[in-house]
Amino acid sequence: MPAVSKGDGMRGLAVFISDIRNCKSKEAEIKRINKELANIRSKFKGDKALDGYSKKKYVCKLLFIFLLGHDIDFGHMEAVNLLSSNKYTEKQIGYLFISVLVNSNSELIRLINNAIKNDLASRNPTFMCLALHCIANVGSREMAEAFAGEIPRILVAGDTMDSVKQSAALCLLRLYKTSPDLVHMGEWTSRVVHLLNDQHMGVVTAAISLITCLSQKNPEEFKTCISLAVSRLSRIVSSASTDLQDYTYYFVPAPWLSVKLLRLLQCYPPPEDGAVKGRLVECLETILNKAQEPPKSKKVQHSNAKNAILFEAISLIIHYDSEPNLLVRACNQLGQFLQHRETNLRYLALESMCTLASSEFSHEAVKTHIETVINALKTERDVSVRQRAADLLYAMCDRSNAKQIVAEMLSYLETADYSIREEIVLKVAILAEKYAVDYSWYVDTILNLIRIAGDYVSEEVWYRVIQIVINRDDVQGYAAKTVFEALQAPACHENMVKVGGYILGEFGNLIAGDPRSSPLVQFNLLHSKFHLCSVPTRALLLSAYIKFINLFPETKSTIQEVLRSDSQIRNSDVELQQRAVEYLKLSSIASTDVLATVLEEMPPFPERESSILAKLKKKKGPGAVSVSELEDGKKEAGSEINGGGGAESAAAASNASTPSPSADLLGLRSGAAGIGSATGAGSLLVDVFSESGTAATASSGTDENFLRDLDLPTESSDSLLVDSALASDSTPSSALGSEDPAPALPESDELLHKFVCKNNGVLFENHLLQIGIKSEYRQNLGRMYLFFGNKTSMQFIGFSTTVTCPGELQSQLNIQTKPVEPLVEGGAQVQQVLNIECLSDFTEAPLLNIRFRYGGTLQNITLKLPITINKFFQPTEMASQDFFQRWKQLSQPQQEAQKIFKATHPMDSEVLKGKLLGLGTALLENVDPNPENFVCAGVIQTKALQVGCLLRLEPNAQAQMYRLTLRSSKESVSKRLCELVAEQF
Amino acid sequence: MMRFMLLFSRQGKLRLQKWYVSIGDKEKKKITREMTQIVLGRKPQTCNFIDWKDLKIVYKRYASLYFCCAMEGQDNELLTLELMHRYVELLDNYFGNVCELDIIFNFEKAYFILDEFLMGGEIQETSKLSVSKSIEESDMLQE
Repeated sequence: MPAVSKGDGMRGLAVFISDIRNCKSKEAEIKRINKELANIRSKFKGDKALDGYSKKKYVCKLLFIFLLGHDIDFGHMEAVNLLSSNKYTEKQIGYLFISVLVNSNSELIRLINNAIKNDLASRNPTFMCLALHCIANVGSREMAEAFAGEIPRILVAGDTMDSVKQSAALCLLRLYKTSPDLVHMGEWTSRVVHLLNDQHMGVVTAAISLITCLSQKNPEEFKTCISLAVSRLSRIVSSASTDLQDYTYYFVPAPWLSVKLLRLLQCYPPPEDGAVKGRLVECLETILNKAQEPPKSKKVQHSNAKNAILFEAISLIIHYDSEPNLLVRACNQLGQFLQHRETNLRYLALESMCTLASSEFSHEAVKTHIETVINALKTERDVSVRQRAADLLYAMCDRSNAKQIVAEMLSYLETADYSIREEIVLKVAILAEKYAVDYSWYVDTILNLIRIAGDYVSEEVWYRVIQIVINRDDVQGYAAKTVFEALQAPACHENMVKVGGYILGEFGNLIAGDPRSSPLVQFNLLHSKFHLCSVPTRALLLSAYIKFINLFPETKSTIQEVLRSDSQIRNSDVELQQRAVEYLKLSSIASTDVLATVLEEMPPFPERESSILAKLKKKKGPGAVSVSELEDGKKEAGSEINGGGGAESAAAASNASTPSPSADLLGLRSGAAGIGSATGAGSLLVDVFSESGTAATASSGTDENFLRDLDLPTESSDSLLVDSALASDSTPSSALGSEDPAPALPESDELLHKFVCKNNGVLFENHLLQIGIKSEYRQNLGRMYLFFGNKTSMQFIGFSTTVTCPGELQSQLNIQTKPVEPLVEGGAQVQQVLNIECLSDFTEAPLLNIRFRYGGTLQNITLKLPITINKFFQPTEMASQDFFQRWKQLSQPQQEAQKIFKATHPMDSEVLKGKLLGLGTALLENVDPNPENFVCAGVIQTKALQVGCLLRLEPNAQAQMYRLTLRSSKESVSKRLCELVAEQF
Repeated sequence: MMRFMLLFSRQGKLRLQKWYVSIGDKEKKKITREMTQIVLGRKPQTCNFIDWKDLKIVYKRYASLYFCCAMEGQDNELLTLELMHRYVELLDNYFGNVCELDIIFNFEKAYFILDEFLMGGEIQETSKLSVSKSIEESDMLQE
């Protein structure tokens, strides 16, 4: 037993703890605990009233048992009794028990609140602090309701003791975090800000956490804190190490307060007032200077505290991103740390430099450290440091060093820890794409990736290389040659077989001239891998084979032989069997012309942002890939590889990521996008395949009946409709109260516009939640899948979503859905399906309200669901003559809507086409006399009526302007479409 | 803001737990298990910071005890190390040459000292003198 018997030794407790420690086994421990529990229970139930000391002792024992990991289901009442004891230690144990064991929805809260109220009113500072601690520890809503009004008063009252002020400030912070709606600063704001001037350093230290949090939420109201913070910081920075007495920590004056001040300033842009700014810059310079001075102590505490301030100052410099001189100094300082013997400093320097790399002022300075960083990647013993080094290499990569960095990352990959391989693979894939000037290098890099770390190459990566090869004809021959060589290896990864199968199936002819890679050699090579592969890969290979028959008629008999073999045509897997049967039939029935049309080379993929980037972002969680980086990647990837701004993110990506092995790898269904050449073959394909009855989704814009019976129950209008009561009170209420849905986010219109030309993608994302959307529409019906992803490590509690149709939208749209699970685990994703029926044309968007509790705080978000009228478009193909005839018929002024506007994206005709197709209309070729112009036609399908629409878009490249004209039989439709479409270019 | 602080022994026995956000008991146990596994599995001479989900784990070993804090993303790692050090100093000041046993047998005191020092996951008082004084005062109060 330890010699300690400071304060009140509770002997019984010490004996009990000793007993537990002496237990030889878990069973013995449980036995001893049960004995004790029985004893305590009998004491509590006994007739004899217990004195305060015994009560305290037993409550403390229960607490100990609970902390050992056992459940405690009694004793709460006794603990609450202790709260009203006059003896400090009894009260203290009572509060401790409550803080640890009482969860926020306990029935005892009322009693506890009463005791707290008494203690707060007692004017005894020690009691008041205990009560405030209890509120902060439990932090429940009931407590917030009871005390949120009182605490600010205690905080700013002139006669409150310093120690109570400190507790009050942090208690209020906790309540503000759990129930922001209940804490009203209003009249107190200025007095709270002025706590920054308080004489007592402890009060400032506590208050600044509160002020920082409030400033983040209400920057305008708390703006006055900037100058106060700067002058406080300046006084600390310039003070001698002894000035601040006990607030000096190992010769560093007030490190906690300094760091908090620097953090508070990061809530704001650089100070506008020149004098304040000058003073701040001086502080930052002093901090940087001090880093160069010899240490005042050899203790690690001294250097940690000093460097903590330095790193925070660097964060502020990076946050301002406006002082080139300071940025470069910061970078040099971090450069020194990169070689420091303390692992912690190397880690932090790598991390901090990562953000520095994205500033235009310091990017070059960061790049000078490339060798050190590469060395860190190779030699650091700690995987988390290596991870930071990989992050930094990724961040500092640009065209000048991409080849070096990619090569280093590839070689690191061979020995990298399993935990970070996938991420490195994604990074290499992105860098290779982003900075590819020479596409043979890109192809080599990706194939190397597959060779080195095939298991970690996700589908997105190999889909992407195929998309790029398809879209770039200058690299196709090289790609074919390279995969052919890669497949020579006796053991190659299945992903390599997939890429190889696809590319040879498309472009094998480009290398067929060489007898070493003649068609038969190619086929035999692929087929030698067939039996080792999984079903989806085999399915892909079968498709490659049928493409071979088209490319190389001389392989026909060999391949037919293979298809005809029992192992194919009677394969137990239905997908493989079906492909074998169909391809065999197709190759024997169809004429070479038909075959050539059906199996034509894949058309270029519509341009979109790289799905790999999204994947990396998802993997890394919030903040890891900065938004600017993403935007940047999108821009660059778009302009360099396929020439065009990033639009159209998901259509093909979702195709590609369908898990079903039957995903149409050969694009037999690609006609949906209205690519002219496929339409002719469409009907033929239906005939050929009709026996088997599945591949029948082959397109053709006119085949309406066929699409009509796909999806959606027709009785959808009756059952679980959006509750009309809910719908009616959905008019955005301005109150931020917890019960009302929040008004729609200001950016929700913008988010809506993002989805006009696409059906899938990420609708919304903040630091907690990501909402993804997949949707499909047929006729006047639609189905939308919402994916709610919890990005945090904590559960979302009480998760609920509500879809409402405000105002007259109720009679125009019919949306049905089922409630989601109320609990979303950390890192988990829940899905919700909406069935949508368009009753008549509409203008407004339905609202989606999401509410949940995260760490006790109610989150309340309202967004507009991207269901727009154009989703119900049915494309209509027509000849030039018909088009103009209809155009003239719709010549009344109210039938037309027109807009002239400036281009906000590059005017690339391929991108424009992609967007117009995404809109859902048919893009009509050879109609407009001016080939630069685009005309489209479609019919909007609603339950009540159909509205034919014609669209004409006239780009003027010189002026960077567009004129957009819409004509339809209904005024509201023309107007709405015109608004929506004009936002897209 | 600190989300939680855990003290556990080299054998993975939890000695003190303080949670600054409301989490269910089951979840707490799960997190505790994960933390002890991660931290005890670290090799020597590695850095004291670990990325874990959206949090940063800062840990340090003092004799037989591991101190382990989960901080939010923007919190300062180095100062978190010193925060743990200051807590150790406070314990040491109170118990005199503090050891694991002191914390086992006087766990309630360890909590009281922590409460004087931190509140709601933020630092309340950094002065060693002030904290020690108020702890001593409360010890006096019982008589």
